[in-house]
Amino acid sequence: MSDATNYVTLTIDAVEVKVEAGTTVLQAAEHAGIVVPHYCYHPGIPSRPAQCRMCLVEIEGQPKLQPSCVFPAQDGMVVYTTSETAETARKSVIEFLLLNHPLDCPICDAAGQCMLQDYAFETGQLRSRYAEAKLVLGRDRVADDILYFGDRCIVCTRCVRFMEELAGDNALVVAQRGHKAYIDTFPGKDLDNAFRGNIVDVCPVGALVHEDFVFKARAWDMDSSPGICPGCSTGCNIDINVKENQIVRTKPRLNPDVNSYWMCDHGRRHLVMANRGVRAEAPLIRVDGELEPASWNEALTWIAGRLEAGDGAAVVSGGAANESLFYMRGLLSELGIDGGTFRVLQGEEITLPGFPKLKLRADRAPNVTGAELHGFKRSDELADVPDGGVLIVLGDALADAPADYGANAGFFLCVGSHLYPAMVNATAILPMTSVLEMEGTFVNYEGRVQRFHQALRAPGVARPAWMSLSRLLEHRGVGEGVLDARAAFQTMAAGTTGMDNLSWSGLGLRGELLSEAGQPAVAVE
Amino acid sequence: MGYPYSHDLEVNTLLSRHFGDEKARTLEGWKELGGYATLPRALEMEPGAITEVVKESGLRGRGGAGFPTGVKWSFMPQEPTGPHYLCCNADESEPGAFKDREILRWVPHLLIEGCLIAARAIRAEHVYIYVRGEFFPFSRIVTDAVVEAYEAGYVGENILGSGWNCDVTVHIGAGAYIAGEETGLMSSLMGGRAEPWIKPPFPAQAGVFGRPTTVNNVETLAAVPMIVAEGADWYRQWGTEKSPGTKLWCCSGHLVRPGTYELPMGIALKDVIYDVCGGAPNGKKIKAVIPGGSSTAMLTADELDCEGTYEGMAEAGSALGTASPIVMDEDTNIVRAMRRIAQFYAHESCGQCVQCREGTSWTAQLLHRIERGEGSLSDIDTLYHLCEQMTGRTICPLADSVVFPLRSSLDKFRDEYEALIRC
Repeated sequence: MSDATNYVTLTIDAVEVKVEAGTTVLQAAEHAGIVVPHYCYHPGIPSRPAQCRMCLVEIEGQPKLQPSCVFPAQDGMVVYTTSETAETARKSVIEFLLLNHPLDCPICDAAGQCMLQDYAFETGQLRSRYAEAKLVLGRDRVADDILYFGDRCIVCTRCVRFMEELAGDNALVVAQRGHKAYIDTFPGKDLDNAFRGNIVDVCPVGALVHEDFVFKARAWDMDSSPGICPGCSTGCNIDINVKENQIVRTKPRLNPDVNSYWMCDHGRRHLVMANRGVRAEAPLIRVDGELEPASWNEALTWIAGRLEAGDGAAVVSGGAANESLFYMRGLLSELGIDGGTFRVLQGEEITLPGFPKLKLRADRAPNVTGAELHGFKRSDELADVPDGGVLIVLGDALADAPADYGANAGFFLCVGSHLYPAMVNATAILPMTSVLEMEGTFVNYEGRVQRFHQALRAPGVARPAWMSLSRLLEHRGVGEGVLDARAAFQTMAAGTTGMDNLSWSGLGLRGELLSEAGQPAVAVE
Repeated sequence: MGYPYSHDLEVNTLLSRHFGDEKARTLEGWKELGGYATLPRALEMEPGAITEVVKESGLRGRGGAGFPTGVKWSFMPQEPTGPHYLCCNADESEPGAFKDREILRWVPHLLIEGCLIAARAIRAEHVYIYVRGEFFPFSRIVTDAVVEAYEAGYVGENILGSGWNCDVTVHIGAGAYIAGEETGLMSSLMGGRAEPWIKPPFPAQAGVFGRPTTVNNVETLAAVPMIVAEGADWYRQWGTEKSPGTKLWCCSGHLVRPGTYELPMGIALKDVIYDVCGGAPNGKKIKAVIPGGSSTAMLTADELDCEGTYEGMAEAGSALGTASPIVMDEDTNIVRAMRRIAQFYAHESCGQCVQCREGTSWTAQLLHRIERGEGSLSDIDTLYHLCEQMTGRTICPLADSVVFPLRSSLDKFRDEYEALIRC
C-alpha cells in the first residue's frame, strides 16, 4: 500500500529505498545502486515477458522466486537479490544458456560488452556438466546488413519485440519452439525497416551483428565519444566508436527527450560514410594566381589584410556548428555583408511509431535551426555572387556547386573540410575540421541545444571554423581569437538571442532548450 | 450402444450417459434426450445466481488444477465495462488424457449448453471453443453442432426470445501442448504463438483481447447444465465434501480394459485400476502408475490405495490432474518411459523461459544417455539438480510437469537408473 504521496519504501539487500508506487523491484534496485542481472527486460521496450528468468529475486513472504522486472515494489517489502536461492537460480540460468552456446568469445564481436559473458564470469562456472552434442544453428542474414548468429542467441526476443512494438513492423519472429527456437524473418517478409539497426543494439549477446562491423574491432580496442548524429535535424544522441581514427560503429545514446534508446539506419550509414572524401589539410592562399600552402598565421594575416568591406555574399551549411556560424556572422558584420544562405538536402520523413518523437526528418542536416538562429536563410539555390564582390563559404556547401562558382568574385574565402571542384576559384581556403573532429553544439528541430564531443583526429592542420574565424577577426582588430569550445560557446551564448540562458556545463549530455525568444518559428510537433 | 467401454461397477453416469449414441450428436436427437432444457431456466436466472449454484455444488476445474469453478467465475467483474469472454479449453493434449474429446464427439450440444450457461453467469456474450488442432473429426462434430444451435436459435441473437445475445466460435488450434495452458490458449486464440504470459494480469482482469475472460475445461462446462437444472445438493450426492460430483477417468497403459469411465469422485485409485480396468493383462504385476496424466508424480504399486480426489491424490504425493492413470507393468523400463515423457515436454516447451527451454531438452538427453547404458552416477545428481531448478522458476508449469514424474521416478526407481548405469 502506498502512502499519501504515492511512494513506497522497501528494503533491497539491506538497502532501504523509496520509490514511486508502481515501480518494479528491478527498477527500485537500480535506484539503490543494485544491478539485478537481466536479459529480456529492456527499459526502452514496453513489453515485459519475464521470460529470461535471470532477474529472479527472493522476496520475503513469496513462496517462489519472483521476476523483479515485473514484480511491483510494495511498502515494507524485503528483497534479496543475492540470497543463496536467487544466486543458485541465476547460476543455473547461465548454465542453461551456455548448454548450446558455442563459447566463441575470442571471435565474437560482442565480447567485452556481452551480458552473457559478463554474468558467466560473475557466476564463475568454468565447466559445463553438459556432455551431449551441442545444437548447431549456424548463421544467417536477417537483413541486407545484419547477420544473425543462431548459436549465440539466447532467445530473449528483444529484437522481435523492438520490431513489433517500436518499429511497428512484425518482420521478425521466433521460429520453431523450445530449445530449437531461433529468430528469423516472417516467411515472405523482408527486414528492411529504416530503424532495424536498433535490433543489434538491443541484443544483449553477439547474436545480431551489423555486417559492416563484423570482425572489425574488439570492444576494448575502440574509443567511444558522445556525439550528435549529423544525419538529420532530429539530433539523435549517439556514441561514436572509433578505431585507428576511423568510425567503425555508431550506437544510439540514451536521451529520453530526443531519441530514447534508438536511432535510424540512415544516421548510422551517414556516419560511417564520414570517413570518406578528399580533405583540406592546410591553409591555401592565392599567390601569383596559384593556391599555395601557408602557415595559419601567414594565411590569416594575408586574408585579414585583403578582405574589404563592401558588396558580398555568404553561403553556409546547416551542418556547421553553432559556434562556427556565430563567428561567421561576426565576420560578415565586420565586412558589412547582410544575410547569407544555406541549402538543406531534403529526404523522406520516417517515424519510429513506438517513439514518434524520433523521426528521420526531411531536413537532412543537424543544425538548420542553429543556422536560422544566426540569421542565415534557407534557400534552394546557391547565393548569387556579385561581380568583384566578396564571397565567403563556410562548411560543405559546395559539394555540388558548378565548377565556375565564385570565379567572378573579387575575394573568395572558403572555410571547408573537404575539397570540391568549385574551390579552385577560391582566393583562400582555410581547412576546417568536420563536426566529428571538433567540439561544438547543434540546435535540433525543436530548439534543443546539444553538445557533441570530438571523435576523430583532424587531418593536417585543420582547425574548427570557430577558431580560425575568431582569429581572423582578431587579425582585423575585432575581439580575441578563441582557442577552446567552451569559450567559443560562452561568447556565442552571451551574444545570441535565445541562448542567454545556456551555459556550456549546463548543456551536459542531454542538451537544453533555447529560451522562448530563440525557439524555432515552426511549431514543435 | 456403440460405445466400446464398459465395466462391472454400478455407477450413475451423468456426462457419459449418451456416449456412443449417434443420436446425441444431432440437435433433434439431443432434444429428445432432454437437451437444452436447462438453458431457458438459466436465461431467467440472474448471472450471480447461476454462479452461486455452481459455487455451492463445489464443482472443481476438470482441466487438472481443480480450482473451484464458481469461485473462478466470481472473479469476473460484476458490472461489465465492455465485452467479457468465455473460453472453453478443448485443447486436450496431456498424454494419457482422452476425456474431453469424448464429450466433443458424442455430446457436443451438452457442451454448447454448458458454455451458454457459463457465459450467462460471467456476463460474456462470446464463447470461444478452442479445439486442439489434431482433433480433426471432433472439431467437425462440434462445429456442426454449433451451426445447428445457431439455426435453432439457441446461439446467436436474442436467444430463445430472452433478448440475450451470445455467439459461439469454434477455434481450431495449430497443435501445441502449451495452448492448453490458459494464457497460452489465449495468446494462440489472439493469433500469436501459444506462449503463456506471466500473471498478473489474470484472465479475469485482462484475458483475450485485453478483456475479462474465464477459461474453463470441456468437462467442467459439460457438468454445468445438470448442476443448474438439478441443484447443488443433487450434484453433491456423488464424490466427497471437497471434491463433489463425478469424473471422467481415462485409463491407459497395461490394462485389461483401458478406456474412459465416468466414476464418482473419491473412488480409490486401486479400484479404478483393478476393478474397473481389470488390472494388468497376462497376469503381470503393476510396477508404477502415473495417476493424473503424464505431468503427475509416479506411484508404485504399493501406493495405489489412495482416494481419487484432488486432495486425496495430493496426500498420496501425486495429483489427480486430469484423472488419467497411465499404468506400467513389471516389464516396463522406467528410464525409457521417463525419457519418452521428457522428450514430449522438450518438444512441447514454448521456449520462453530458459529453465524450461534448455532444461527439458537436457533432461531428455541425459535420460536417453542413461537408457543407452552410457550414463554415469553423477548424471543422477544432475537430474536432481535439474528437478530443483525447473520447479517454480518459470512462467507456466510446463517445466514442473516434467519434474513431477522425473523426481518421483528417481526417488522410487533409482535402482533401475543405477542398473542401467552399472551394466
